[in-house]
Amino acid sequence: MENFGYIVIVPFILLISFILIGLAGGRFKPSLSGIAGTFSVFVTTVISYITAFSYFSGAGLVNGVYQKIIPYNTEWLRFTDKLVINMGILLDPISVMMLVVISTVSLMVHIYSLGYMKGDSGYSRYFSFLSLFTFSMIGLVISTNIFETYIFWELVGVSSYLLIGHYYQKPSAVAASKKAFVVTRFADLGFLIGILILSNITGTFDYSILTDPNGPAIAQGSTIAFMGLSVMTWALILVFMGCAGKSAMFPLHIWLPDAMEGPTPVSALIHAATMVVAGVYLVARLFPLYALSAPAALHFIGYVGAFTSLFAAIIACTQTDIKRVLAFSTISQIGLMMLALGVSDYGGEKGLGYMSSMFHLFNHAMFKALLFLCAGSVIHAVHSNEMNGMGGLRKFMPVTHITFLVACLAIAGIPPFSGFFSKDEILVAAFEKDFVLFIVSMIIAGLTAFYMFRLYFSIFWNKNNEYKDSPHESPSSMAVPLMFLAFASLITGFIPFSKLVTADGAGFETHIHWGIAVPAVVIALAGILTAMALYKKESGLPQRITASLGSLYRLIYKKFYIDEIYLFITKKIIFNGISAPVAWFDRKVVDNTMNGIAAVTNFISVKIKSFQSGQLQQYAYVMVSGMIIIILFALYLWNK
Amino acid sequence: MEQIIFYILVSGILIFSVLTVTSRRILRAAVFLLFMLLCSAGLFFMLDFYFLAAVQLTVYAGGIIVLIIFSIMLTSQVNEKLEAAGVKKSSFSLIAAAAGAVVCIYSILNYSFPAVSNGETDSSMKNIGMQLLSYKDNGYVLPFEVISILLLASMVGAIIIAKRDSAK
Amino acid sequence: MIEGIQLEFFLVLGTLVFFIGIYGFLTRKNLITMLMSAELILNAVNINFVAFNKYLYPENLEGQFFALFIIAIAATEVAVAVSIIISLYRKIKSIDVEKVNELKY
Repeated sequence: MENFGYIVIVPFILLISFILIGLAGGRFKPSLSGIAGTFSVFVTTVISYITAFSYFSGAGLVNGVYQKIIPYNTEWLRFTDKLVINMGILLDPISVMMLVVISTVSLMVHIYSLGYMKGDSGYSRYFSFLSLFTFSMIGLVISTNIFETYIFWELVGVSSYLLIGHYYQKPSAVAASKKAFVVTRFADLGFLIGILILSNITGTFDYSILTDPNGPAIAQGSTIAFMGLSVMTWALILVFMGCAGKSAMFPLHIWLPDAMEGPTPVSALIHAATMVVAGVYLVARLFPLYALSAPAALHFIGYVGAFTSLFAAIIACTQTDIKRVLAFSTISQIGLMMLALGVSDYGGEKGLGYMSSMFHLFNHAMFKALLFLCAGSVIHAVHSNEMNGMGGLRKFMPVTHITFLVACLAIAGIPPFSGFFSKDEILVAAFEKDFVLFIVSMIIAGLTAFYMFRLYFSIFWNKNNEYKDSPHESPSSMAVPLMFLAFASLITGFIPFSKLVTADGAGFETHIHWGIAVPAVVIALAGILTAMALYKKESGLPQRITASLGSLYRLIYKKFYIDEIYLFITKKIIFNGISAPVAWFDRKVVDNTMNGIAAVTNFISVKIKSFQSGQLQQYAYVMVSGMIIIILFALYLWNK
Repeated sequence: MEQIIFYILVSGILIFSVLTVTSRRILRAAVFLLFMLLCSAGLFFMLDFYFLAAVQLTVYAGGIIVLIIFSIMLTSQVNEKLEAAGVKKSSFSLIAAAAGAVVCIYSILNYSFPAVSNGETDSSMKNIGMQLLSYKDNGYVLPFEVISILLLASMVGAIIIAKRDSAK
Repeated sequence: MIEGIQLEFFLVLGTLVFFIGIYGFLTRKNLITMLMSAELILNAVNINFVAFNKYLYPENLEGQFFALFIIAIAATEVAVAVSIIISLYRKIKSIDVEKVNELKY
């Protein structure tokens, strides 16, 4: 078996890059820090590809099963003899796959940002935070234990916060970064409690013990019951709460649309391709636990995913800000991945859902990053996010146009683009397990095709807008990543994922189920045609439809008023009911007590400070008279 | 004869003390202090403590008084009369001092001291020197050395303090 | 030992000189005269020590030694005090104790 020790370089080069750019970035030319960051990510990418190649070409394979390889593991914190937190690196199919995804998308985003962020005042800062993010994301996927994951999980959250707030002079960006941070932190509270319960039951943090299907952790899990469900189920649902926060599952999805305030490449990297799928990744990482000892939790995840997916797809049809459409589309696709995990079982061909979820994650990362980068390119050219202000751009930006079309076809699930293959597997898995979820995913497929092509047609076809300064194609540093990712979206569907990434490590054969694939493609085509009819030419039809839908349209357009409900709960109930009385108590009682003490002290000090006159003879006089008084007192006691 | 001399010395001590603290001319006050110290040296002679009396004369009357007179010369107009203390201040001080004196004298007179032993004092200079440098019983070598270090320290300190600020 | 003179006589003398010194210390405004008063106080203590030695423990020399040490300490005290007074005089052109009130609140 090959030793993968060189993988240690990956996190360290990124960390060093972050520190160097962060500390010294301001001293040099900004372009230098961009190049340094891109170079470190390039090295990471090369190493990741080498690792992936040698792992999947046989180094990780023993008796037809991909093994967990731990090239490096060191003790970090020792609480008791049994409870130890390690820091290490774990390689197994999903972590190697994630390495490839993260490094590829990150490299593309870095190259893209070289052009996109040119002239920005925070250029160095931006690249150092990108390095920090890539470092923590890679740390997250290669963690050997759940606590290490938690540490990097929080680091990812922090770097997301920093990058969303990149334009910190803009109040909306500040609010969005705060919102993202608070919501995900709130969810991470559940995650932390889940970790504590989990480690309390099983006595370990280690993934290799926790997820061993024949290991003690799974056997112990279901023994203790609490409120009708086993404690293991509760713990895993709490862990899923953290995943739901990061992956923007309903009802914790509210931060993701606002997170689009960050620079567009950041949205592509963090809020489309990598960080938001961390929740999916973590569920997949703990999948044996979910599947074998808490199927109820898995079921729950499947339904949450399905609901979120449908919900976000419906909202996406009404939004006009192109980045928000993409954000809701991301939520929808992640919901689909969760759904796929929810309908999966452990082992062999029953693990189809797991495999399809990972497959979709992989493909989605590519085409969604592409979509965002295209959107960034469009925004770069038009200087606006609003769909209504665009149209007819296909003549001005041919590269962006073609790559965007590729991405749309991929996400809509048209063969032979990558999305078709993974979506087909998801549909098959759902069909075999749960018919309701199958129907839901079919609807989502149609909606996805519709809203993506609505976006496509409104941007690149539709009316020919008059632009003040005519839009132009982006520089090559931005165009090259687009073409690379479009190429990836074309070919990644043909990767034999079922042989490589499966729940138990053993590969199996899959083939396209035409009985399901054909209806799915038909539905997708129907969605595309509808969008074409409505948006290809400028017409009043969409307005008339929205007008006839009336209040329902408004309800959807306002995202079902979820944000308003949150605001109502926090502002009206929590602020007025709890915070205001506490604040009153703090101001009136606590502060006044403190002020009173200070005032009394001040009063006394003013009264007695004239004793300190600085007059030596006064002091001497007091001393002598005091001595005499003491002597008199002593004499009195002596003679008594 | 001895008693007469003793009373003269005692009255000299008291009178010159009072003059020291009341004289309005600062140089005179210093000279009265010198006389007072001379009188007490005489007292030590009468008690057969020749070495102590000699030290009193040389160090106190010789050294310290000269030092004080020097500082007077350096800092004051010799001919100027000193400001008299205010009535309030002097009367309060007088009350405090008188009260202290009364209390102390009262307790001295009321205390019965142990009987006088009639041993002979060997206060020859040789004996004093031997004992001062002895480290056996009744030896004073440690305080002697401590005092020598104190003298050195005060010498250095005095130089440092009185030196002109080189920074200016 | 002097014929017909009691120990108490010496002690009362010492006390009187001591409190005359205290009086001077409290009333004098000039720092140098205050220093002289301090010398009076020290000398009063000397007288007491010597008298105790002579009258109560004539076979020992402790009282003399203490008196010697006090003289030495008085010398150092005067040396330091005079240097302080001189540097003070350089700074504020006065040696009036009431003007030296930097230690005020």
